Parts: sequence; C-alpha cells; structure tokens
Amino acid sequence: MSFISYLINGISLGSVYAIIALGYTMVYGIAKMLNFAHGDVIMIGAYVVMAAMTGMGLHPAVAIILAAVFCTVLGIVIESVAYRPLLNAASSLAVLITAIGVSYLLQNIALLVFGANTISFPKALSLPAISLADGALTITGEAIVTIVSCIVIMVVLNVFIHESKAGQAMLAVSEDKGAAQLMGINVNGTIALTFAIGSALAAFAGVLLCSAYPTLTPYTGAMPGIKAFVAAVFGGIGSIPGALIGGLLLGIIEIFGKAYISSQMADAIVFGVLILILLVKPTGILGKNIQEKV
Amino acid sequence: MINMKKINKTTRSNLTTYAMILVMFLVMQTLVSTGNVSSLLQGLLVPLCAYIILAVSLNLTVGILGELSLGHAGFMCVGAFSSAFFSKCMADVIPVAGVRYFFALCIGAAAAGLCGVLVGIPVLRLKGDYLAIVTLAFGEIIKNVMNILFIGKDSAGFHFSTKDSRSLGLLEDGEVIINGPQGITGTPKDSTFLIGVILIFVTLFIVLNLIHSRSGRAIMSIRDNRIAAESVGINITKYKLMAFSISAALAGVAGVTYAHNLANLTAQPKNFGYNMSIMILVFVVLGGIGNIRGSVIAAVILTLLPELLRGLSDYRMLIYAVVLIAMMLFNWSPKAIEWREKHMARFKRNNKKEA
Repeated sequence: MSFISYLINGISLGSVYAIIALGYTMVYGIAKMLNFAHGDVIMIGAYVVMAAMTGMGLHPAVAIILAAVFCTVLGIVIESVAYRPLLNAASSLAVLITAIGVSYLLQNIALLVFGANTISFPKALSLPAISLADGALTITGEAIVTIVSCIVIMVVLNVFIHESKAGQAMLAVSEDKGAAQLMGINVNGTIALTFAIGSALAAFAGVLLCSAYPTLTPYTGAMPGIKAFVAAVFGGIGSIPGALIGGLLLGIIEIFGKAYISSQMADAIVFGVLILILLVKPTGILGKNIQEKV
Repeated sequence: MINMKKINKTTRSNLTTYAMILVMFLVMQTLVSTGNVSSLLQGLLVPLCAYIILAVSLNLTVGILGELSLGHAGFMCVGAFSSAFFSKCMADVIPVAGVRYFFALCIGAAAAGLCGVLVGIPVLRLKGDYLAIVTLAFGEIIKNVMNILFIGKDSAGFHFSTKDSRSLGLLEDGEVIINGPQGITGTPKDSTFLIGVILIFVTLFIVLNLIHSRSGRAIMSIRDNRIAAESVGINITKYKLMAFSISAALAGVAGVTYAHNLANLTAQPKNFGYNMSIMILVFVVLGGIGNIRGSVIAAVILTLLPELLRGLSDYRMLIYAVVLIAMMLFNWSPKAIEWREKHMARFKRNNKKEA
C-alpha cells in the first residue's frame, strides 16, 4: 500500500510541476527564452494569496483569483520592461542573464516586504481526505484538487491553443516570427499573452504547491521552478503534452527517490535525471528534432 | 625606461591590469599596516581575492567562450572541499605551510578542473540555456553531496558514509574529517592576503595569455560564429572544453583560497549555492562581459562597497538585481545600442570641433 500512496503523492507533486512547466514550455516555444523568473512568480502568487487571506480576510477563492490577476499583470510588466527590449539582441545570453536578474529582484523584493522568516501558508483548499481499503490508503484533499486541476488546465489549454484564434497565433509565432508578422499577427501582443497565461498558471501552481507543502519563504519558488524546467526539458521543451508527461515523471521520480533512496539526495537525483536526458536525448521525450540550417 | 608606445596594445593593456592589482595591493597593505582598516574589512581581504579569481574565471566562460555557467560556485565548492580535506589530512605530515598550501592548490585546481571536464564533455554539445541549467544542476548536486558526505580517517585507512558520523565505524584513534552538514572544521588557515594577490596574478597571467594566444582566438571565434569557426577547421569541442575546464580549475583555486581562510567550511546555499554563482555573474556583467580588467574592478567595488555603506546592507541584493537588469538592458538592447551610438557620434564630433 505504501507504494501506491507514494505513487499518488508523486502524481500530485508531478501535477504541480506540470502546471509550472507549462509556463516555461509555452514561453520557450514562443519567445525562445528561458524565463528564469517563472519560479519566483509562483512565490509571489503564493504570498499574494497568503496576504489576501490572512491580512484582508478574503475568501480563498477570491484570494486565488486576486493572485492570478496580480501575477498576470506582473508577467506582462516583466515581459515588456525587461525581456522585450532584448528579444532581438545580438547574444541570446543577454536575455537569459536579465531573466536571472528579474528572478533575483523578485526574491529580494519579497524578502524586504515579507521578511526572511518562514510563514505557514493558510489552508486555501479544504477538502476531506478520502480513505480507501479500510484506511490503509488515504488520499489527501489537496492531492485530489491538484491532480484534477492539472487535468482541467491541460485540456482547456490544449483546446485554447488549437481552436481559438489567439492560440493559433501563438502556434504561428512559435513556428516563425517573421512570417507570422507578415500574416498580420501582432507578435509582441502574442508574446505578452503567453507570458500572461504562464504567469496566471504560476499563481495557481503557487497555491497548489503551498497547499501541499504549507511553508512559504522568498525562496519557495526557486527550486520547484528549476525542477519544473527540468520537467519541461524532460518532456521536450515547447510541447504542452510533453510538459504534462515530464512533470508527472519527475514528480514520481522525486517522491520515489525520497522514499526509497535518500531524502537528502532527492534534488541531486532529479538533476542527475536532467543531465542523463540531455546526454541521451537532448530534445526530450516529445520534442521536435530541429535541424540546424546554415 | 621602456617606451610605452613601442609596446603593442595588448601587452600594454595587460601590463595596466597587472599594475592595477599591484597598486591596489600596496595601498591595501599600507592601510593595513598603518592600522587604518577595520578588522571587518581586513577579514574581507582574502575572500575578496577569491571573488576576484572567480570573477576572472567566470568571465573566461561567459565573455570569451560565450556560454553561461551558473554552477561556478559548484566548482569552487569542489576545489574548497578537496583541498581542505587534503590540508587537514596532511597537517601533520607536511608541517611547512607553504609546501602544504602549494599541494592543496594543485589538488583543488585539479579536482575542479576534472569536474569541469566531466561536466563539460556531455553538456558543451548543448547550447546556451541548456548549458546554463546543467551547470546550475551540477552546482546543486555538489552542494547536496557535500551535505551528506562523511569521511573519517583512522589507522586502518579512510572510511566513507552517507548517513552519519557514527556509521563510519572509526577506530579509537580515528577522526572525522568531513562531517556531513557540519563540513570540515579546523582547516589550517594558510591563506593570506599576499598569497591571494599572488594567485590573482597567476590567474590573470593564465587567462590573459590564453585569450591572446592562438587557442584564445579560436575560442573567441567559436563565440562569434560557431558554424564559421567549424568550417575553417577549428575543433569546437576541444576548444570549448579547454576554456571551460580552465575556468573550472581557476574557480577551484578560488575555492582553495576561500577554504583556507575559514575555521569551519560548510556547503551552504550562501557560500556555495546558486546565490554565489549569481553574485559572481553580477561582477562579470557589471565589469563588462569579456573584459577581464572590468571583472576585477567590479569584484573589488561590489565587495567593499556594501561594507563601507553598512546602512545599505538590507538593500544590497536588491541593488545587485537592479544593476544586473539595468546593465543588460543598457548594453545589449538594440535600441539602447542605437541611442548610445548616436550620442557618442555627436560627442565625438563636438570634441573634434573644439580641437
């Protein structure tokens, strides 16, 4: 039974990774940049929910919507101030270093505003746990919500991208920016929309993450953010189903690693997996193999 | 007196860099000996040397090779722990501090360089973002491993464990050398400001000579256009690996300097984690990517300034972040470059008129 309960924990953690990985993978697909600050948007989202619930006494649902709106605006501001001017820079290193700067900036703002102390995250999702097999197996309410919301988000996002006009524009921009612009697509607007969606998802991910592990510090987002990037690479960066598969696999590997190998080495195992994937199949499980043209 | 104009431009520039370090050292030394430096600042001198070496070595990867490494603190960590381990084991065997330090340096640099090769072989085939994330992963793995590693020594030899110090099963005469999260305690404090400055000179000598050598030009050509470089017969993997492993080895040297200044060496996020790698990156970016002298100046200013302006210490990291973003936007955004060139052209024209 413990195996199944580890598996469910893994899937639940993996769902959070998958939602975060979506933000990475969409931005990478369209802007061809690694948004290092994505993990810290998660942290900001969680702090907003915390502040809205304990500070203003709002209902959890209202607080979550508020956080999503806040993070969306934050994502658009970051994109337009820090990333857009560098999109056509001579070196791709420039935007990467800027993204690291933004990540660092968000962490330190949170540090100044909320302090370095660990804050316990209020219960935003309260659902009864389900008990199966005469109490030998319990599934927490948070795990169920996380898994269900991951599935819903994946389905909605897939429909949005393949059916709506804005989604088609995203696909076109990710395929060829120049050609998309010639077809009358607002490229900058589409990139901003991608950042907006990614950041809103980050806010949800922040709530789900902090519900499962109810502690909050300014560095809460950094490690899950990096791991979600690993998940995105694992599944094939730029691919939405890849983010799901990569996230789930990574979550399961991490929980099993913690349970059966060593709890302190869990991070090292996850990163070891990354190095291994990049060695064997750098494009990930579902990634496209793009031939370099000279 | 040598006529400065007869020396070619690169030599002159290199000599300026060396002279700058020498002047800085003499000024600092005079201030210390006349008692004008606070003890806090004195304690910063050796770490400052380590930071300068780190910044120069990271600039080799970022500025000259054109790849981003976020695991520089990891290489430093390897150098620090391997050399501290050696020094502690050999404290009785080699009583002369200088000789012991020399061997420790070789070991630290070799261990970090070896890690650089091991990490470099698989990942240097990857491009920018992936390389950055893998080096970051490497740094985290190293930090993780150092926190669970226990090594003890007794008359029967070395004992390893990843659980705790008791499971080492040491004999009575044994002692724990690496004690997991508690790290290494009692490393001989062999690093001095003088040694640090000498190591800066050695580092600068290696890096500057590499840059202006045939290999250095090959490395820079890979940075500027990989395909063009490959098509004129430059062995991409070889030169990338060369730059990367030299950079890693020098980070190891910085680690040795850093470790031999601490009574208690632990692998914490603050000293060997991601934050450290970012701090070094800020030095490199602020000093100018690809500009070795700039890295040295930036490292000195950014290390000493927060100590001199104590009130700002809360905002120090925030300022680093803003500086990083602002410098990148100002230096790399096509619009900013255009604006700058326009104004520079006007400035030059005005100067000519006056002349």
